[in-house]
Amino acid sequence: MNQLSIWKLLQLVIRRDLLLAMRRRADVLTILVFFVMVVSLFPLGVGPEMSMLRKMAPGVLWVAALLASMLSLGRLFSADYLDGTLEQMMLNPQSLAVLVLGKMVAHWLVSGLPLVLVAPVLGVQFDMSVQTLAVLMLGLLLGTPILSMLGAIGAALTLGLRGGGVLLSLLVLPLCIPVLIFGTSAVDAVASGLSVTANLSLIAALLMMCLVFTPWVTAQALRISLE
Amino acid sequence: MAINWFKYSAPSTFYALAGKLIPFVAIAAAILFVLGLYIGFFVAPVDAVQGEAYRIIFIHVPASIISMFLYLVMAGYAALGLIFNTRLSSMMASAIAPTGALFAFISLWTGALWGKPMWGAWWVWDARLTSELILLFLYFGFIALHASIDDARRADKAAALLAIVGSVNVPIIYFSVKWWNTLHQGSTIKFTGSTMHVAMQQGMFITLAACWLYAISITLLRVRSIILERERNTQWVSELSEVKA
Repeated sequence: MNQLSIWKLLQLVIRRDLLLAMRRRADVLTILVFFVMVVSLFPLGVGPEMSMLRKMAPGVLWVAALLASMLSLGRLFSADYLDGTLEQMMLNPQSLAVLVLGKMVAHWLVSGLPLVLVAPVLGVQFDMSVQTLAVLMLGLLLGTPILSMLGAIGAALTLGLRGGGVLLSLLVLPLCIPVLIFGTSAVDAVASGLSVTANLSLIAALLMMCLVFTPWVTAQALRISLE
Repeated sequence: MAINWFKYSAPSTFYALAGKLIPFVAIAAAILFVLGLYIGFFVAPVDAVQGEAYRIIFIHVPASIISMFLYLVMAGYAALGLIFNTRLSSMMASAIAPTGALFAFISLWTGALWGKPMWGAWWVWDARLTSELILLFLYFGFIALHASIDDARRADKAAALLAIVGSVNVPIIYFSVKWWNTLHQGSTIKFTGSTMHVAMQQGMFITLAACWLYAISITLLRVRSIILERERNTQWVSELSEVKA
């Protein structure tokens, strides 16, 4: 039996999860539509005044992205858990953490990246300038993987529980606050002519830390949930 | 003399020990509360800037300190339970959580009551208020996760992992909120710059000790109930005099 290298395993898991997601395209689109809808509700709620909307835009987009990513997290492990695939995955001799990392990456490609790509369009609705839009996108690009990775811990802990969806948000949302703060602060900084490097570097630092620790923690959580 | 440190890590021996400790700790807490509040309300002078309203610090500050401290203690016990697989540590962690949440809530509540006369608003998005609120959310997450898993061992482990992740995150959250606040509204209202009066300090330290002892006694009380509930099928529980009666 030939041993898979870590890199091969990662590719395999990502390709498998992407393929599964593409077979159920409606799931992916629902999250995107949810994101667009939540963002569009804000002007209706607070009024169409452009100066206020411009100021609110980064916060609204970030909070909507946070909520949208919470929605999709429930499906991260549950389908594999229900049909027994997850148990088989845990039995194999390869590192569970790497496998989990692959699932996180696939989850981000399916549910995080579309939000990043659609954000500029929504930002234009809020009359954001090109410069602030670029920073917003960069922040989301660095920040949404963190949401997927932190969310994976919550998804693994709440696997198979009743009321798992709401519980998941309760667990994960407080942990995501730093990302939200740095992401919106970066946009505020560029809007007031300050340097954005500090905030973006902090998000990047969080991303690196999550990249190192969360796959391992999620693997532990899965072991707890499935024992 | 070799002391057996692990003797009291068994629920059966700890149950008896906790039962003996509770009266002493509880009475000490009550005495210190009365003493601390007496100093706070009658001995400590009126604050030059804030008038009488400042006296809420004798509840507010101890509650905030204890709520943060208890989260670390809870995470510590949870980690012990996860690493050494000791049942009692996990039970202690789940016994601490409600008290921690209570203190976080008291801290927010008294903070709001204090904020109204001082800042003219019930709630200010001050860094410390916001991080206290997030701490309350973290407690709720821990309690909710523990409550929604039926299997006690799985609940212990899952909640422990969450508490550890949370405690790693607490400093990050705290500093992010702090920087966010300074970015948005500049300097916030701080407690008087000059040194505190001695009687104020004494009152605060005594109520702090009282809150701490209260937390210990109520945690021991709660952990005793948890032990009884979890170990209800064991022989030693059925032989307890209070169970037989």
